Amino acid sequence: MKIYDGKYILVGLLVFGVLATFPIWFDHGKVVAPANPSLNTPVIDAMMSKHCILPKAQMITEHMKLLNVWRTEVVRYGKRVYVAPSGKKYEMSLETECFRCHSNKAQFCDRCHNFAGLDKATDPYCFSCHVVPSEKKPGAGKVAMVHKESK
Amino acid sequence: MDKSKRDFLKIGGLCALGLSSLEVADAFAKSHATKFLTNPQASHAKRWAMAIDVKKCWKAEKKECKDCILACDWAHNIPDIPVKRQEVKWLWNEKYQNAFPDMENELEPEEVKDKPFLVLCNHCTNAPCVRVCPTQATFKSPDGITMMDMHRCIGCRYCMAACPYGARSFNWRDPRPFIKKINPAYPTRDRGVVEKCDFCVERLAVGKIPACVEACKDKALIFGDLDDPNSELRKALASRYSIRRKPELGTKPGVYYLI
Repeated sequence: MKIYDGKYILVGLLVFGVLATFPIWFDHGKVVAPANPSLNTPVIDAMMSKHCILPKAQMITEHMKLLNVWRTEVVRYGKRVYVAPSGKKYEMSLETECFRCHSNKAQFCDRCHNFAGLDKATDPYCFSCHVVPSEKKPGAGKVAMVHKESK
Repeated sequence: MDKSKRDFLKIGGLCALGLSSLEVADAFAKSHATKFLTNPQASHAKRWAMAIDVKKCWKAEKKECKDCILACDWAHNIPDIPVKRQEVKWLWNEKYQNAFPDMENELEPEEVKDKPFLVLCNHCTNAPCVRVCPTQATFKSPDGITMMDMHRCIGCRYCMAACPYGARSFNWRDPRPFIKKINPAYPTRDRGVVEKCDFCVERLAVGKIPACVEACKDKALIFGDLDDPNSELRKALASRYSIRRKPELGTKPGVYYLI
């Protein structure tokens, strides 16, 4: 079988193949540090049985959908109490419910969001309006010490 | 393989049935999965409205009382922006000729001219802002409040053009640097959305009265259900003469001024 302009086509195919698989072989073998979100906040540490609103796996994959539904229910329908499948009731509010336990945005929310590639300051943009509880930044104390020493 | 047309149709029908049963199963799964409730302590009304006792307010104003405005600013994280045309206001004082244009005359007493009138969103029954909003970010809730859904607002400012009372403010810039102390229980806003008074819908939802009404020591602000003849509000309106801002426009404002 003779292919007309065979060498151009084959070279072209080869180049296409290399480019198309670029994301696969470029990242191959690279070790990405796991997100490792921290669940250690005073409120969670004090909990007898540690549980979130939904099972953990569901919270990881569906929290954004849940929040979206909550937003609609609260703002548009005035319903502010969520009854979880476990029967427990929660107030549908980032500020007074989510942050009550997860008061460590930098070690909890941000770590996973950065891991998933949402590391721009504006993405997800929930926090440009919803007030994040103030937390002691790790290392902030150290910086203060260095300043003192330099004086 | 020998298949008749009849067999083919039978298999096709079975497949269609199988696929559609997925939808039915989904619907059943959803129907008893989650529930959303209102807080049992929430206050309910058919039509929330407010009356402002102007005389009581003026009496307090002599002492430069701004309790209601300060309470509102704190409760809703309202920024204090020094540039006048970028101000964000929910509840503020306005001169008579600005609050009630076309109603002033040159012979009215000096004290009326100079006295402040407390103004806020009128939560009109026939709200022009709601009619013009292209995304339904602003809408009427069943209890008569003209609500804002900040998530939906695209910042087109049609509502600001439509509001005859100037009750709406646009966030020309990030408000956070201009909030002296942030109330952690309430969100701030982002650059590019419109905001206004919402009759403290988040407080009504837990059975509290609006922050301004609660803050007024002189009881100059009366809040209640306009559709309930026994409410304090209706009694006040029945006993005193009241005016509303620009009633001739047909917006049916929900804020009354007791004269």
